Amino acid sequence: MALRTAAPPGGTTAQAAEARPVVLRNKDTWARALRRDWRLYTFLVLPVLFLLIFRYLPMLGNVIAFRRFRPGGNIFGDEWVGLYYFQMFIQNQQFWTVFANTVILGLLTLLICFPLPIVLALMLNELRSRRFKRIVQTLSYLPHFMSIVIVAGIVLQLTSITGTVNQVVDLFGGTPVALMQQPEWFRTIYVSSEVWQTVGWGTILYLAALTTIDDQLYEASRIDGANRWQQTWHITLPGIRPTMMVLLILNIGSFMAVGFEKVLLLQNPLIYSTADVISTYLYRVGIQSAQFSYGTAIGLFEAVIGLALVLSANFASRRLVGASLW
Amino acid sequence: MVTDTFSTTPDISAVRPQASTIKDTTGYRVFRVVNAIVLLGVCVVTLYPFINLFAKAFSSEGYIAAGEVNLVPRGFNVETFQVVLGDPMFWINYRNTVVYTLVGTAIAMALTTTYAYAISRRNLKGRTFFTGIAVFTMFFGGGLIPNYILVANVLGMRNTIWAVVVPSAISVFNLLVMKSFFENFPQELEEAAAIDGMSTYGIFFRIVLPLSKAVLATMTLFYAVGIWNSWFNSFLYLDEKELFPVTVYLRNLIAAASGPGAEAGADTIQIGANIQSVTMLLTVLPIVCLYPFLQKYFVSGVMLGSVKG
Repeated sequence: MALRTAAPPGGTTAQAAEARPVVLRNKDTWARALRRDWRLYTFLVLPVLFLLIFRYLPMLGNVIAFRRFRPGGNIFGDEWVGLYYFQMFIQNQQFWTVFANTVILGLLTLLICFPLPIVLALMLNELRSRRFKRIVQTLSYLPHFMSIVIVAGIVLQLTSITGTVNQVVDLFGGTPVALMQQPEWFRTIYVSSEVWQTVGWGTILYLAALTTIDDQLYEASRIDGANRWQQTWHITLPGIRPTMMVLLILNIGSFMAVGFEKVLLLQNPLIYSTADVISTYLYRVGIQSAQFSYGTAIGLFEAVIGLALVLSANFASRRLVGASLW
Repeated sequence: MVTDTFSTTPDISAVRPQASTIKDTTGYRVFRVVNAIVLLGVCVVTLYPFINLFAKAFSSEGYIAAGEVNLVPRGFNVETFQVVLGDPMFWINYRNTVVYTLVGTAIAMALTTTYAYAISRRNLKGRTFFTGIAVFTMFFGGGLIPNYILVANVLGMRNTIWAVVVPSAISVFNLLVMKSFFENFPQELEEAAAIDGMSTYGIFFRIVLPLSKAVLATMTLFYAVGIWNSWFNSFLYLDEKELFPVTVYLRNLIAAASGPGAEAGADTIQIGANIQSVTMLLTVLPIVCLYPFLQKYFVSGVMLGSVKG
């Protein structure tokens, strides 16, 4: 094809005829594409149907946030009610409590669980014993493969009145308390369990990025008299910056959803004042109390904030650092 | 001095080990010791909950209730295992997990593989569009309730296996990993097959798939572990005990032990503690057994995805 386009213009008729397919390619209509690649398109039928039904139909289903939904009635609701359900949660004091909890828990998770994998990866990078490095990696990845149900079960056991945490408290002469019944402990426990489960696995991408940094940079800096800390600051960190930015954007994108399943498994009514977040509140009012339209309005609100956060983080990152998702 | 070392070739090789010994200042040496100790601490902290779980599974109730079990089993016994394994519901739910994992992985792999292959073809018209509609779902979704209405009310999948295995079928992350793998597939092989008169189907099933075993294995493990560990969809859409996967069985066990009655006293939590531990241990058993393979394949899968995520 490249040879044909290279044919000199204004040549013989034969050459003009040869140049034709190029022109045709520019006018690649759907009919032509379908005739040529119909087998390839059959591969797309089921997956696209899946996306339309299970991803895009529910997106349209969000319309019931603006319409009254009655179980058994129209799945897109029966009548328009405007912003009625939005006003309902905006005027609800409980909603603002769970909103604040979500933001606090999301920020804590972001501030602690985002930088720690970078620190751990850098520390692993300083190890000279390959075997020790492999052992640390293998062990620290393990919690990633555990079901959230098991993680929650472990957390509840460790923090129970007879669990390890209270055994330590007892050892130092403190009074054991049932930690999961104290609202003030929930955030610490939740974030600690996130650290335990995600930090090891989070190092993988950074370790991969570290191997791509040119060794010559380190050699040159060593000759210039840079110590290990200066090398880390001026060579290693800039080297993994694109990876950091991409992961930061993704983290910000899941900010509002804060580990819904884990929070749901860990929380109990005694600690709702700190442990209830938007997604779990939505689950309770939407599914358990069957207020479908009200729940959808809250869910839509959460999803739109999440999308806005991703888009602005991506935009800011592209402007400031030059790294972005798209 | 510097120009001197670089002026002749033998000196360069000589300067390397020397340079590294000089640069190991006392400060850096202290740092390396501290670093190793901290990483050792990371290992201990990561492992401790598992060891504790193991110890509790083999301990007697009395010692757990007294808060005396941490690293080693106290009052060693295997009766708890007999109790858990003696519950027919545990077996039914465990079998459900196996079935859901097999069926769910098969569906997810079929959809993801064909989809990824189609959108990896550079001359496919509408390629950007078909990729875009998948990527968009990563950042915006229908939310819990519209999904619930769809699966439960519209499709009538409540209390069927389909509610567990279908709605979560395509993971966009896995899709993109596979897409970038197929994009790097040697084109010459496909072109040669096409010249020999093979159709797209023939090329896909007889050339591409057999040569993509590594990525297929990785993706299969990704999906299988995900479904094995999942619980929420089953919890949401299944009401009948006989249909629960083992994760929901475990969830209900934990909820019963630390649920509404828990504030009454510590007793309710401890009664279940050894039973819970045994059930958790049995639930993670296949994953721990497969862990050496999982780790290798998962790491390569994540790296593959990071090339073009």
